[in-house]
Amino acid sequence: MSVRLTAAVAAGQAAAALSRRFGVGGGTVIAGHVAQRVYPNALQALTARLPQGSVLLSGTNGKTTTSRLVATIASVAGWRPLHNRAGANLMSGVTTAVVEQASVRGQPRGTLGVFEVDEATLPIAVERLHPRLVVLTNLFRDQLDRYGEVEFVADLWRRMLQTLPETTALVLNADDPLIAALGRGRANVTYFGVADRSVAVEREPHALDARLCTECGGEYQYDALFYGHLGHFRCPACGFRRVRPGVEVTSVSLDTDRGSSICLQTPTETLTIQLRLPGLYNVYNAAAAAACAVALGLSGAAIRQGLERFEAAFGRLERIPVEGRELMLALVKNPVGFNEVLRTMLAGERSGQLVIIINDLFADGTDVSWLWDVDFELLRERVTSVVCSGLRADDMAVRLKYAQVPVRRIVVEPHPRRAIDRALHASEHGETIHVLATYTAMLETRKLLRRTGYVRGFWED
Amino acid sequence: MSLYGDRGNIIALTQRCVWREIEVEVVPLRPGDRVDPDRLDLLFFGGGADREQSAIGADLLAAKREGLAAAIESDAVVLAICGGYQLLGKYFRTLAGEEIPGLDLLDAWTIAGTRRSIGNVVVEPRDIAPGRTLVGFENHSGRTFLGAGCQPLGRVLIGDGNNAEDGTEGAIYRQVYGSYLHGSLLPKNPWFADHLLGQALRRRYGDSVTLDPLDDREEYRAHESAIARTRKLGRLRTGVR
Repeated sequence: MSVRLTAAVAAGQAAAALSRRFGVGGGTVIAGHVAQRVYPNALQALTARLPQGSVLLSGTNGKTTTSRLVATIASVAGWRPLHNRAGANLMSGVTTAVVEQASVRGQPRGTLGVFEVDEATLPIAVERLHPRLVVLTNLFRDQLDRYGEVEFVADLWRRMLQTLPETTALVLNADDPLIAALGRGRANVTYFGVADRSVAVEREPHALDARLCTECGGEYQYDALFYGHLGHFRCPACGFRRVRPGVEVTSVSLDTDRGSSICLQTPTETLTIQLRLPGLYNVYNAAAAAACAVALGLSGAAIRQGLERFEAAFGRLERIPVEGRELMLALVKNPVGFNEVLRTMLAGERSGQLVIIINDLFADGTDVSWLWDVDFELLRERVTSVVCSGLRADDMAVRLKYAQVPVRRIVVEPHPRRAIDRALHASEHGETIHVLATYTAMLETRKLLRRTGYVRGFWED
Repeated sequence: MSLYGDRGNIIALTQRCVWREIEVEVVPLRPGDRVDPDRLDLLFFGGGADREQSAIGADLLAAKREGLAAAIESDAVVLAICGGYQLLGKYFRTLAGEEIPGLDLLDAWTIAGTRRSIGNVVVEPRDIAPGRTLVGFENHSGRTFLGAGCQPLGRVLIGDGNNAEDGTEGAIYRQVYGSYLHGSLLPKNPWFADHLLGQALRRRYGDSVTLDPLDDREEYRAHESAIARTRKLGRLRTGVR
């Protein structure tokens, strides 16, 4: 058995090296594919050898950032985390991560697996990896064409939990009714949430996914609403309500578009933490990571150090200096995430130049209707100019026109490189240029920035 | 109901009124509210997730059907997309064979299908606007068939349309327009938005009402590039077999 495993690892690693050598797509998942061909149980065999087991993270928004935060906390605590590439979160991506980071004898080079997993893939991943812990961040309407509905994923997860052993720990978002409901009747659950009403929104945003109670079908009321449908919910009809989470952010100061300070309460201590990640959605990611760390038995000191050390990953509000300006890259995937990115961006001193790159390939979501659920009205007078780019640049321009952004401030330049060039030329030294892009557009943007030498390949991080 | 980016239709209609200095008021209809055919000029009825749709169905039958029927017979303008379109019909037959009654305000019925129709769509609405096209995006597994009491919104050039069999998309009865097209539908099809607005204004103020044209350069640029994109992507099936 271990001879086949060795062969699988060797073959996988060779394939990845060749793929990178010839510059083909970073070899993101080829190692996994090849290894599985040689030895179908490669993944199970390798992960069984992780001394500290595996943690799986899933949800609509925050998978990558939360798993990176968990990995950073674990490193500070002296563990050696092993994680998959940003977005390579199907079984092929997880397998690839494990295969690439194994010795020729089939021994993983890490001690704890930390894997972000696509929502529909989670049940299979749980079955194959027997994780010690599963983190569920949130459920929002994401790609309309892929799963159809949030309900589909929620059902999938409910069924998965029916067979999940009680020994598997769960980390759940207390503020997301869809997620919180999954913890009912289970032991070994750690909840996380936010409790600072000063950062709650004043009125219900349009993009509200979970209006109806999962238990009885009644309509939720919110005592405080933070982000999307996340908040202090209760169902007046059946009484299902938010429970007080074991890990709670009791105070939030969303300083700027660069970071925030939070006060985090765990079952045993209170931590004051300076995050280098901006926006309320990142406060949730930090809380999720902290809750995961608490469930793993890691110390408050490790949690604080890990969270404070962390800087943005691939396309998640990454700052890249280019020709004396600063490009701030943000990945946009769905209405709720986009709204949060816009709000965070506008919290900065000057909004200046904006480039929005919208593609409609499978990974981006092929139906661009979702743009109409984003509150671009927030931009109106706040931006100097917006360059619309990507395969659906014209759709983006129309959306902005109807959001009452003055037409003379809207430029259409479908090619991303030319779009960024325009923004660079129109900007001044020291200015920030925000580049918001859907998934494949982000890959393309970073690739072209890499070619000009501004950024390392994302597979190197 | 208003999910799947169909809010863009309300935004388009509202802005196109604002730009013409026509006073417009958007009135959300909640469960329990009735439909007043005298107060409302244009009704928008969007799509929703399955669970919400069944909850809505009961309210619609109880509180709203009467007012809706009166509004429709008095030629109020109704735009119904996807789930809303299906609910206006006679029934929805599930895969198990159960027939869930609709509002029976449109001579159409929907049968659950096993395959999902997903992708960009181009439609030719020859009857209401010869020479024009509608471009949008469909995402449905229901297959809708039309009876003699209504006509299609248009003929499918690229896409599946109502049922992937007869080449039709959507339905029209009086001033009720049903369609499977998201996109959202109206922003990239400004002529159609204006058609709906014109009909609604004429119903209230008389036949002499005309709409001032707007500068729709951006909209038509998006319309054309969406058609070009749809042609490029192609579809595995076209509307006509």
